[in-house]
Amino acid sequence: MSLSNKLSKQVKNIPRSGIRDFFELVLGRDDVISLGVGEPDFSTPWHIREAAIYSLEKGETSYTSNLGLEKLRVSISDYVSQCFGVDYDSGSEVLVTVGVSEALDLACRALLNPGDEVLYHEPCYVSYDPSIRLAYGVPVPVSATVEDEFSVKAEEIENLVTPNTRILILNFPTNPTGAVMEKEELQKIADICIANDLIVITDEIYSELVYEEEYKHVSIASLSGMKERTILLHGFSKAFAMTGFRLGYSCAPPEITEAMMKIHQYSMLCAPITSQVAAIEALKNGAKAVEKMRQDYKKRRDLIVGEFNDMGLPCNVPGGAFYAFPDIRGTGLTSKEFASALLESQNVAAVPGDAFGSSGEGFLRCCYATDVKLIRSALDGFRKFLVDIKR
Amino acid sequence: MDQLIQLLQENARYSITDLSDLINLSEEEIESKIAELEESGAILGYAAVVDSDKVNDGGGVSAFIEVKLTPERGGGFDRLATRIAKFDEVESCMLMSGGYDLSVVISGSSLNEVASFVAEKLSTLEGVISTATHFQLKTYKSNGFLASVDHSGQRLPVSP
Repeated sequence: MSLSNKLSKQVKNIPRSGIRDFFELVLGRDDVISLGVGEPDFSTPWHIREAAIYSLEKGETSYTSNLGLEKLRVSISDYVSQCFGVDYDSGSEVLVTVGVSEALDLACRALLNPGDEVLYHEPCYVSYDPSIRLAYGVPVPVSATVEDEFSVKAEEIENLVTPNTRILILNFPTNPTGAVMEKEELQKIADICIANDLIVITDEIYSELVYEEEYKHVSIASLSGMKERTILLHGFSKAFAMTGFRLGYSCAPPEITEAMMKIHQYSMLCAPITSQVAAIEALKNGAKAVEKMRQDYKKRRDLIVGEFNDMGLPCNVPGGAFYAFPDIRGTGLTSKEFASALLESQNVAAVPGDAFGSSGEGFLRCCYATDVKLIRSALDGFRKFLVDIKR
Repeated sequence: MDQLIQLLQENARYSITDLSDLINLSEEEIESKIAELEESGAILGYAAVVDSDKVNDGGGVSAFIEVKLTPERGGGFDRLATRIAKFDEVESCMLMSGGYDLSVVISGSSLNEVASFVAEKLSTLEGVISTATHFQLKTYKSNGFLASVDHSGQRLPVSP
């Protein structure tokens, strides 16, 4: 019996993830040097792991409030106020979720009606398009170009606003490009959102990981008139190296938080208590470890970007996150061809840029949250590969 | 702290090329900075951090000794402490606050060797009031390195 006609049309219409295709190619091979990961190579700082262990020893294994532990929500509220300059009420505006991915899904489902359009800049994280579709929305990608260092222009967003546009999703610093957004342009984007009555979902998971001394991360939620129309999503995975803890949060006006909570309480009930306790420790004492990791990433970024440019693959200096996004169009190969051949001949994995939307075609995502030695070996592989294909 | 020192403390075997890539200085600048640090005594030396439990011949024994001294007019503990530090057997020697004066770590090939150093050399020095010797039994962490590898979980080779 074929079960395919039993599946939801909504789910069937979602294409397979390009990352998953590539993942399966890589999985069949041994000793791959991978720049394909989307997570830190550091283990979670020990004091955070230890807090989780202690919590288990004490027998803290119950459900928590649907919103999340009160102590954690208060810590989050303080942290967001300190880092982003926006004040949220820990009782009604903060929701602890299972990663930012869940929070994004909740936000889409809480806000969208069938046919509502959602703008987001591309290349982007792989889940935006499907999360919008699963909530019966219509994804409308706005291309960001390498000429603008993948920092989307307000004008490009405005051009695609229609009477059906409900939401704009922003993600700065950006996975997969490492792009950051300057405050002036962000202000223009905020003005467009206010003029067109749009809600903004801003995924700021990489906000701690910005590298230029003169650049300071600015959240759109902190701009005048924006807090009441913004859902700020953040979490612990990247800066605190806690991907496996699966812990994120949203900060949003009470009506929206309540609507998201309605879905969360029936689908997830609450985020795991062990992870929540670990997160309290992360916010309390994690700053030093985050800064140490940030410094290390910065060094690795400078190394990898310098080398790519040196070998003739033009590469912007990404302002944040931990990805370099070199331009491989000069080789005449597509992203997929380049990535597959690189894997085949040098055993080096980097993710084809088109996995992050069609505007990522011609680029590769190379994660530098990897040991310097491995980065070097990978770069050697790139060099050899470039020489081989020139022959 | 200075970035260069920090990196060398993490791994003294970083090559000049690695260091130059990691801190945006030319190789020549790195070399001259290292020379300066060595010259000034900021960098005392480079050595492997060894877990003697894992060395085939047992790696010998080491002991930590609390030493009480009589301070001298003019130089305090300096003359005597330096004199003790100069013995080859002494790995580290530090003046401490609290219940004793010097913390001395010594190593030798056997228990006897260490014991005789303490009995014959250390405690007989004029100005040494008393010693208390503690033999090291097992190493969990040394100079910032954990003795057992912290298994960082295997990451998936490709993830979003």
